[in-house]
Amino acid sequence: MEKRLIKVTINGKLRELFVKPNDLLLNVLRNDLNLMGTKYGCGIGECGACTVLLDGQTALACLILAVTVDGQEITTIEGMGDPAQLHPLQESFIEHGAVQCGFCTPGMLLAGEALLKENPNPNEEEIREYLRGNLCRCTGYAAIVKAIKSEAKCQSADPGTLSE
Amino acid sequence: METSVVGKGLPKFDAYTKAKGTIAYADDFSLPGMLYAKVLRSKYPAAMIISINTARAKSLPGVHAVMTGKDVPHNNLRAKFGQSTDIGPNFEGLYRVLAEEKVRFLGEAIALVAADSEKIAEEALALIDVIYEQLPGVFDPIEALKQDAYLVGDNDTNLVSQFKIRQGDVETAFKSADVIVENTYSVPFKDHAFLEPESGVAWVDENGIITIRVCTQVIEHFRTVAEVLGIPHNHVRVIGTWVGGGFGGKEDITVESFLALLTWKTKRPVKLTYTREESFLAHSKRHPFVMKYKTGATKDGLLVALETELIADSGAYTYLSPWVLLYATVNAAGPYNIPNVKVDTVAVLTNNPFSSAYRGFGAVQPNFAYESQMDELARILDLDPLTIRLKNCLQQGDTLTTGADFGGSVAVREVAEKAWQALGPKRADPGKHIKLGRGLAVGMMSYGRLTFLHDTSRSYIKLELDGSVLMRSGIPDLGAGQAQALVQIAAEELGVPLEKIKIFTSDTSLTPLAGTSTATRQLYMSGNATLKAAREVKERLINKASVMLKADKTDLKFENEKIIRISEPDKYLALSTVIGQCSTDGDELYSEAQFNAPFTEVPVSDVITGQTFADFTFGAYAVEVAIDEETGEVNVERAVTCYDVGKAINPLNVEGQLEGGGVDSIGYALTENFVVEQGYLKSHSLAEYLLPTALDVPDIETILVESGAGIGPYGAKGIGEPACNAMAPAIINAIRDAVGVRITSLPATPEKILFAMLSRIK
Repeated sequence: MEKRLIKVTINGKLRELFVKPNDLLLNVLRNDLNLMGTKYGCGIGECGACTVLLDGQTALACLILAVTVDGQEITTIEGMGDPAQLHPLQESFIEHGAVQCGFCTPGMLLAGEALLKENPNPNEEEIREYLRGNLCRCTGYAAIVKAIKSEAKCQSADPGTLSE
Repeated sequence: METSVVGKGLPKFDAYTKAKGTIAYADDFSLPGMLYAKVLRSKYPAAMIISINTARAKSLPGVHAVMTGKDVPHNNLRAKFGQSTDIGPNFEGLYRVLAEEKVRFLGEAIALVAADSEKIAEEALALIDVIYEQLPGVFDPIEALKQDAYLVGDNDTNLVSQFKIRQGDVETAFKSADVIVENTYSVPFKDHAFLEPESGVAWVDENGIITIRVCTQVIEHFRTVAEVLGIPHNHVRVIGTWVGGGFGGKEDITVESFLALLTWKTKRPVKLTYTREESFLAHSKRHPFVMKYKTGATKDGLLVALETELIADSGAYTYLSPWVLLYATVNAAGPYNIPNVKVDTVAVLTNNPFSSAYRGFGAVQPNFAYESQMDELARILDLDPLTIRLKNCLQQGDTLTTGADFGGSVAVREVAEKAWQALGPKRADPGKHIKLGRGLAVGMMSYGRLTFLHDTSRSYIKLELDGSVLMRSGIPDLGAGQAQALVQIAAEELGVPLEKIKIFTSDTSLTPLAGTSTATRQLYMSGNATLKAAREVKERLINKASVMLKADKTDLKFENEKIIRISEPDKYLALSTVIGQCSTDGDELYSEAQFNAPFTEVPVSDVITGQTFADFTFGAYAVEVAIDEETGEVNVERAVTCYDVGKAINPLNVEGQLEGGGVDSIGYALTENFVVEQGYLKSHSLAEYLLPTALDVPDIETILVESGAGIGPYGAKGIGEPACNAMAPAIINAIRDAVGVRITSLPATPEKILFAMLSRIK
């Protein structure tokens, strides 16, 4: 199958990639770009472990053909925070015990970040509603919800700490 | 005892790399020249393999190996399933790597392929010609027990094991009972649905050692893999990765033997990762049980007799069924004082998926039944749910139905009271067709393995010259903070900050074997081994410091990387100074310690008596549900749990276990139905097999009781598996309270509840 050129901004860097028309974004991220933080959990859009941000919105990398993201901006877990410093939401997850086995964590963090951009002060119900596409089998979600809520409070209390 | 690091809810060290997404799980790792493996699986649940022709597959370009049962040096092993002690034939079973002759379940592995890419490997699978002759099979454990039943395996019976408990005289006691409640309960298969599917990479290292990097709860399977290949145990090395969820589903061998065979055959690195659908097909399930319960009480609500019969569906192979059944047997009466008890349990082979370990390991199934029985008794006798439990629950000094003493703390009363009272005053029903209901349930479960397994664990601690600490432990970390707990214990004992301690885990060749991350045993076993190792090196440092400081040994304490004179706190030595002196003097700066659990003899009779477990964890759940009378939908509005955890080494992680275990059991109670019809799976995906989502569950409110009376380090009890108890029956009891129907089979789906309500109206 003939490869096509796409231009995408991944974690802030513009990349030119040659991809086959049937390459899934998940496989391109993992196998071609070595961005292993995006996880395979089911391959059919049911678990949320492969959640990435596509132009700031949550998207499931296992359901998206890489050719279709030409010109778009992708954030994976490797693009959250910067190498030297954790993103405040990552800090909050760690502090609240929201990370157990860690396999859902990248997807949960990106979903959490997207939520806080859309709605800087969500209530518990809104957080749970937003996370309903991201499964977690370890935590029972309680710590994850608390971590997001706590970070929302921090952001609204001190607008200076808002990320980006 | 005062502690400074132990007892603190500190973040796990592994949480940082997990939050950054940089931790390398099994599938995130690759090697140059690596091949990709795929597994051919049976299309039928019961069949005879007439022939397998691999010629076409082998000739496909890019294919490096195709293997069937006849290519496996030792394809049929009498397996102990990760056990290192000899415990006799009753706890062993057949481990068959690839199906030969008789296929026993849908999805059973038949052939392996290694190829240049996953795609080629998949194409090769389609070119393997298998001719089957379909056989009738048997799919119901009760049918499978009948005289002329289809035989699943090669033995002359489908019976796997049976156990009994006999205490007092139930027949006479039932005659004296004022009320008797009789019900039959059933629970379905449950899938672990860990988010990380089974995966591993294997290679032959420069010394010819078969090395397998795999997500597993049991690195000790290296021995079984060596036996499959017919090579010495020390020629196989298993490196355990950080595990993306296990819950018992990565307790049995998953991809290890397949990888070892293919890398041994091709001399190339090989990767095998299951798809989600394959994961559903390939790994074990929680045992379905049919449970007949007959409970008798006086009119004052005192239990007089319990008679129960439990039938477990083992599925197609033995695996851990005898162990699970023994757990169910010992837990069948629950944490209650009942003078007359008769328990009969049996595990049976069928052509269903094989059942084995699942978090809660045989304690969870009877828990649903006996707590439903208690609720019914309370209703008949017009007692509230707390009162009937307080009247009958085990107290300090009581004995188990096997006659064994409970050591430690028996806090059933306390946990039940605290959980129930935390719900507070009842609310009025919110809308005209929304009904609220409340339910309570308690539970008990052992932590640590069956005592006749002679369990052991080892841990290694080494002091570096700069005062930093290096630890080694074979402990597989499943995300529950297993490794973090060991680090906290070492930090506590040695007065060293957490960030100065590095732990290396889960490698059968390089770390002391810590045993399996199963049976809620790691904090108890490896925690105690670590405590012992830490105290050994501490002792050496104290000896040295007492000479250097001219102080009595009892007058020294470890704090902030110093050894300080208690009576004169301004006199102290930096830890690194004392370490340096030890090094100069040639003293050992490391310790590898072994902890041995108390042990008992292997049961010789199927009537179980005496001690089978070292200690138990007791807990309770109180819930409030809202049910829509028009749709039958249940919403768990509130859930409060209280457990006696002995001592919370890390409260944050303990709460995480309670929250996760509770939500796992919300799934068991309401949504998770792993449907198998005549051996065929009807649940292929996470859209058909419904795990609770964030939206389906409430915030779990946790109350920790710390009796300090556990047999783990600092008086800790185990919590990982016991945390799954009590939630499901509490929900079912709350449904009964809300709409007046008793659901006796899980899950309580909306249609089941609606039908029960409709038939009640008729």
